[in-house]
Amino acid sequence: MSVSHKVGTMKSKQAPNVNSHQKAAVAKGVKAIGKKKDEEEGLDTAEGEEWMQGKTLVKPPDQLDLTEAELNEEITRVLKASNPNAPQNVVRYSFKEGCYKPIVFVDQMAIHFELEGNLVHKESDEGRRLMAKQAEVDDGGGVERPDNVAIKAAKREQKLTNQFNFNERASQTLNNTPRDISCQTEPPPRANFSATANQWEIYDFYVEELQRREKSKEKHEGQFLNKEEDKSKKKMIQAETQNDDISQLAKVVKIIERMVNQNIFDDVAQDFMYFEDASDEFRGEKGTLLPLWTFQYDKAKSLSVTALCWNHKYNDLFAVGLGSHEFTQQGGGMLLFYTLKNPSYPEFIFNTASGVMCLDIHEHLSYLVAVGLYDGCVAVYNLKKKTDQPIYNSRASSGKHTSAVMQVKWQKDDLDSNHNFISVSADGRLVSWTLVKHELVFTEIIKLPVIDTIPDDLKDVIPTVGTSLDFHKQKDYSFLVGTEHGKIHKGSKYYSSKFLEKYDAHFMNVTRVKWNPFHPDVFISCGWDWMVKIWDQTMKSPVFTFELKTSVTDVAWAPYSSTVFAAVTTDGKVHVFDLNINKYEALCQQKVVSKKTKLFNIEFNPVHPIIIVGDDRGHVTSLKLSPNLRKKPKVESEVLNVHFQMSLHISLV
Amino acid sequence: MTAEVEETIKRIQSQKGVQGIIIVNAEGIPIKSTLDNSSTVQYAGNVHQLLMKARGMVRDIDPQNDLTFLRVRSKKNEIMIAPGKEMYAFLFRIQKPKQM
Repeated sequence: MSVSHKVGTMKSKQAPNVNSHQKAAVAKGVKAIGKKKDEEEGLDTAEGEEWMQGKTLVKPPDQLDLTEAELNEEITRVLKASNPNAPQNVVRYSFKEGCYKPIVFVDQMAIHFELEGNLVHKESDEGRRLMAKQAEVDDGGGVERPDNVAIKAAKREQKLTNQFNFNERASQTLNNTPRDISCQTEPPPRANFSATANQWEIYDFYVEELQRREKSKEKHEGQFLNKEEDKSKKKMIQAETQNDDISQLAKVVKIIERMVNQNIFDDVAQDFMYFEDASDEFRGEKGTLLPLWTFQYDKAKSLSVTALCWNHKYNDLFAVGLGSHEFTQQGGGMLLFYTLKNPSYPEFIFNTASGVMCLDIHEHLSYLVAVGLYDGCVAVYNLKKKTDQPIYNSRASSGKHTSAVMQVKWQKDDLDSNHNFISVSADGRLVSWTLVKHELVFTEIIKLPVIDTIPDDLKDVIPTVGTSLDFHKQKDYSFLVGTEHGKIHKGSKYYSSKFLEKYDAHFMNVTRVKWNPFHPDVFISCGWDWMVKIWDQTMKSPVFTFELKTSVTDVAWAPYSSTVFAAVTTDGKVHVFDLNINKYEALCQQKVVSKKTKLFNIEFNPVHPIIIVGDDRGHVTSLKLSPNLRKKPKVESEVLNVHFQMSLHISLV
Repeated sequence: MTAEVEETIKRIQSQKGVQGIIIVNAEGIPIKSTLDNSSTVQYAGNVHQLLMKARGMVRDIDPQNDLTFLRVRSKKNEIMIAPGKEMYAFLFRIQKPKQM
């Protein structure tokens, strides 16, 4: 509908505005002609009304000035039912065609005003529901409000919810009596633990772990054993742990004892290690012997020392054999082991049935000691075992010596790797004893030849007493035997019928014969005829002869020099000779024991510059050699050779 | 305790200058002593700590090493301690230690 545009016709325009608006509200989606211009007119007309009221024609300053003709121009306004605010260019992606397509139909409804009402149509669902409720309330009765009545009167058909119409109903349930059930457990046992984790504790633990593993391995391997054996082993282990305690204690106490002794003999120990007699420089060739410790044992007072031997492995340990030299005074005997670390008490003590005459410690297995006794028995002791008894004894076996065993010497293991040793005794026989399992097996090697002075018919009865025996260091089949008659026989293990050589050494008993440790041909002998003689085995007469005013009981070569040797005599003197320095005289002749004490044995320590001498009181005295006595030549055996070549045969009769 | 050990202890005791000897077990409780009770307990307690410390020191530096002997010299006397694995013994001397 077209309306002419005139300034004056305001009100009339308003009404059709309202009408068109209503129509637009109802008719949705109807394509109607826009009424934009209508709205504009509406605004303009509002302004125009103000003007009308003011009764003056006031032109706004920015009003468009139009001419009359333009004012009278008819402009057609078109009313449309479309929403001018609705978007006109809505596009939607179409998956079918894969592009955006404009939507043609857009919702054209514009809501100008909205008010929420509380009127419900009585024929709708909700209305019916409310009406039903209303009816119920009427039938129920109860407290009724006056409003309720009024409303009820007014509308019976529709029951509405009334905020004043409420009913409170309470009920109480029965509360059960509260009960507390609690339970308390016994707390786990607690123990306080504290430890330090030091490096060594960790190390200890690892070591133990290793041992445990090894044990478990052994257990796995040894599971084939009988149960009985296991039981016995268990008992052993228990006993061992107990023993461990005691043995530890013993060890500990031993250390204390040694330390106490060291304290007591402190000066001696210092001398032993460090003292060098400076006065030797002024003494020319002579030397002295410095007394160090004296070893004595109470129970051995009545016995005399008969044998001494150093241990090769432990250089401070030496063995002392105690017995008696006198034929008439025979009693028990002893085997003692002393160490330099503890001078006051022996380390090992063994009692023997009869006097010990000789002993020897095995070169390699330093716990095996062979002992020869006065009654002709030989015994072997094992130091590792704690028992007092020898592990081998030749008492009951046949073939034992019928007379005192004068010397025993260990040999190298035989082909079956059995240990064996050789003994010489006063019955004139050289016997080899082999340690086979649990017994000693004897093998006779040779019988000493009887001297010519004995008449033939007594030759079998009276034996030649062998007094000393020594084996060559390098050629161990070759040996020397000294006899009571003063002869020295050289023999070989391979020849069992006769001796290779015979030397007329002394007029009386040969007490000791010893090979030189360096020179292969030289040996030394000493005897009761006051002589010490040095021999070359190729020559029948001695190379050197020394007369020492009394019977010589023992002689020994020094381990550090081929020309040094020492001898002891019955007047208690020790004589030390060095052929390199002085061929005629001793470098040292020193009395080391008190009066009337006879010295019987002498031995050099393999490592330290000390000697031990045994006397007939059962004492062993250790002496340190002064530097003059200890001179080492540059090349060992050649020195002696030179001497021999240059020397004249001097014999003093 | 075996007779041997007893004998050794007696011998030590008889040496001149030795005042007493105490045997202590691993926990520091004296099990045998030749001194009176109160001094034994006193010595045992003090020495135990010292020994632990000394041993710890030695082994800390080299775990394969172990303490063999500990000697404490003072003006008036000297205490010698020998530790074993489970127990240790120590000795108390009253003699004036020699001047070195």
